[in-house]
Amino acid sequence: MTGPAASEAPAGHGSGTTALRWLAPVLPLALFLALLTLLPAITGGQTVRVAWSWVPSLDVQLSFYVDGLSLLFALLITGIGTFIFLYAGTYLHGHPRLARFYLYLTLFMASMLGLVLADNLITLFVFWELTTVSSYLLIGFDCEKAEARRNALQALLVTGIGGLAMLAGFILLGTAAGSFELSEINADGAAIREHALYLPILALVLAGAFTKSAQFPFHFWLPNAMAAPTPVSAYLHSATMVKAGIYLMARVHPTLGGTDWWMWTLLLFGAVTAVWASLMAVRQTDLKLMLAHTTVMALGTLTMFLGAEVKIGIAAAVTFILVHSLYKASMFLVVGIIDHETGTREVDRLGGLRKAMPITFLAAAAAGFSMAGFPPFLGFIGKELKYEGALAITHAPVFMTAAALAANALMVAVAATVVFRPFLGQRTETPRAAHEAPWSMWIGPAVLATLGLVFGMAPGIVGVRLVEPTVEAILYRPEDVSLKLWHGINLPLMLSVLTVLLGLAAFRWRKPLAGGLNWLVRVLPTTGDRAYDATLAGMMAFATWQSGVLQNGRQRRYLLVVVATFVLAVGGTLVVFDGVAWPTNWSVPLYAWGVLALILAGTAGTILTRSRLGAVTALGAVGTGSAVLFLMYGAPDVAMTQLMVETLVVVIVALVLPHLPGLASRGHSGRFGRWRDCVVAIGAGTVVALLVLAVTTVPLDRDLTTFFEQASVPEAFGRNIVNVILVDFRAIDTFGEVAVVAIAGLASYALVKSARRRRGAK
Amino acid sequence: MDALLALTVGVLVSGAVYLMLSRHLVRFLFGLILLSNAANLVIFASGRTTLALPPLVPDGLEAPAVTVANALPQALILTAIVIGFGLLAFAMVLAYRAYQSLGTVDTDAMRVAEPDVNGAGEAAEEPAPARSEAA
Repeated sequence: MTGPAASEAPAGHGSGTTALRWLAPVLPLALFLALLTLLPAITGGQTVRVAWSWVPSLDVQLSFYVDGLSLLFALLITGIGTFIFLYAGTYLHGHPRLARFYLYLTLFMASMLGLVLADNLITLFVFWELTTVSSYLLIGFDCEKAEARRNALQALLVTGIGGLAMLAGFILLGTAAGSFELSEINADGAAIREHALYLPILALVLAGAFTKSAQFPFHFWLPNAMAAPTPVSAYLHSATMVKAGIYLMARVHPTLGGTDWWMWTLLLFGAVTAVWASLMAVRQTDLKLMLAHTTVMALGTLTMFLGAEVKIGIAAAVTFILVHSLYKASMFLVVGIIDHETGTREVDRLGGLRKAMPITFLAAAAAGFSMAGFPPFLGFIGKELKYEGALAITHAPVFMTAAALAANALMVAVAATVVFRPFLGQRTETPRAAHEAPWSMWIGPAVLATLGLVFGMAPGIVGVRLVEPTVEAILYRPEDVSLKLWHGINLPLMLSVLTVLLGLAAFRWRKPLAGGLNWLVRVLPTTGDRAYDATLAGMMAFATWQSGVLQNGRQRRYLLVVVATFVLAVGGTLVVFDGVAWPTNWSVPLYAWGVLALILAGTAGTILTRSRLGAVTALGAVGTGSAVLFLMYGAPDVAMTQLMVETLVVVIVALVLPHLPGLASRGHSGRFGRWRDCVVAIGAGTVVALLVLAVTTVPLDRDLTTFFEQASVPEAFGRNIVNVILVDFRAIDTFGEVAVVAIAGLASYALVKSARRRRGAK
Repeated sequence: MDALLALTVGVLVSGAVYLMLSRHLVRFLFGLILLSNAANLVIFASGRTTLALPPLVPDGLEAPAVTVANALPQALILTAIVIGFGLLAFAMVLAYRAYQSLGTVDTDAMRVAEPDVNGAGEAAEEPAPARSEAA
């Protein structure tokens, strides 16, 4: 990527965009401060809930709920958002679509806030999908690039499908619990855990969480989502989008958590994701891609720890959410600065930037130390808690500790690469001469990385105030959580030392390690990305094939498909729901059978005759037969109209037929085609006949008819009820009908006339 | 009573569908005529039929004194008959006009809007003229 600011013509330099640049960050800042005022109450163990009626008929409320968990996320979203908004104004300075960018970004932030604050499951789902849609717009912001469009679509499809599964899970959950309010569902989680639908609910809800939070095997969309402008990546990866899945798992933990299914699913998916993603991170040469893979690693780790039921495991997860958000946002913004100022983010082309960009370097170093877990940074506390938590999980301490150790060690290697390689060593030639970024860009990483240090030195600031209420919200019981920097010389500390040693070794031998991993990826039978492409291509091929079969451009094929579908769907429904009603009363006057025989003969004649005159006669017999039926059953008006129209039809057919070819060919494709058409036709006739019988067994609602009978004389002064309905009660309909006939007549006239003119021109 | 009507409708629909599955445009139109007859009878049957008096109010009364035939479906059928006639008249002329322009009544060969992309099939024998017919 070449920094957009340099390549775009300064079309957006109007005062409007300049004002926007400085006004936009005010919104997240104001929200952050407003949310901060809730902190004392939440720390004190209170919760806040507001609700409005939204769709009362479906019992859907627009309800919001603030407890420790939602407040932690809301503060991260708005706090980091403030710096992202500020940074983006400079990063995309002069971009012609800057205003649109801010619109997308604001929409996205609002959706995220709605998601983490929602109490109603349906409200949560709506905001969840809004983040999917707005992230699609953000990832595909550079829409002139095919890759950006493709990756945006990939994120949309993967998380969108997961979201639909989640909706199904939510509906099951809400039905099983008897309430769609999370605060009520979580109050009686045991009822759901013992419910017969527990496993389907768990699987569907986790499908949503795993796709959104890029768990293996859905991890591939997240690194691709870096096609977005860097501030967006920083935002998506640190505090928002991908954390939505983590948030969801934490949110439903009191209800769905605590079972073996929950524990093992999260543990296995999380561990595999964490280790695989950290391996993939090491082999990257693009700084941004490297960070993107470490995000997947962090999400895997968080998933793994959310599987836990013990306090220390959850505390590890919550602390790591905070640690990761702070350092990941800083790191991404630093990489954005490097990219913006030097014109490249290829690690092999960068070096010695510390003199040119001292502030950025310090911010990167502080973030890197937190990421690698060095004391006295908050990352160290996070890592100690992770080891303590892993050892405390009685089901699989060795497995969890090994997974955490491997992932953490590789994290050290990545942190070292991102901090050391661009800033230390020999100064290299870069596409652009490097110099320090403007303050609006470095302020974000500097403040966030410094917070990582401050919180590490004084963990009490966040421990009791924020981490404890969050842990209490996830476990749904009062807990005492205190973060400490120094835990004494114990097993977690030993593991920390081992982590650093392993990590530095991986950094030292990163080239052979990356070579080996590259080889591994090449020989793998498939990767998520390739499987996604194959699935998409397969669906396209299937669609092409079935369109070719169902819609081959021949009118009778279309009709065959429509009629066959009707027969199978309606007939099947009749059979399945026991709607087949055989007539019991066959006592019909003899002359009625005569009419049936007339219609039957007319139909058969129309089909069998090869003479045009014969066909006209046969059609006339059918029409006359219907007219007689109408007459028999007390409908003389209808019978009269039918007879008149039938006469007209016969006249028109007799007029047109001589101008058309004869009926020598029946137009069915061979013997097979004839039989197939025959079967379908008889099937259609049978289904319609059964439908008529089924309808007539249902009691008739004569309300409307009674009304017309009663109102005909007093209101419309007519004694022929049918006529009164047509010209009075439904007069507008009749007028429309007259218009239709007039239009048909005009159109027919135009068609005939145009044919004459053409013949004349010849 | 209903059994008789159901049987009639069944026969008409079978014949109509069989005719409409033909690629001979004229036979398709015959099918259309039968189908509109069948549709009218379906509406009629759904209003229940008895050998009853026509829906008329006798002189001197405000409403029918005895049970009369259901007036509502009759009104709907009257509309349907007329609309069906309009449709048929237009379709007949359209068929005539299509034959004038394309020189065929084989619907398989009428592929100006959806040409056979594979280049195969029966349609290839008789290529449709590509003249614009906007008069």
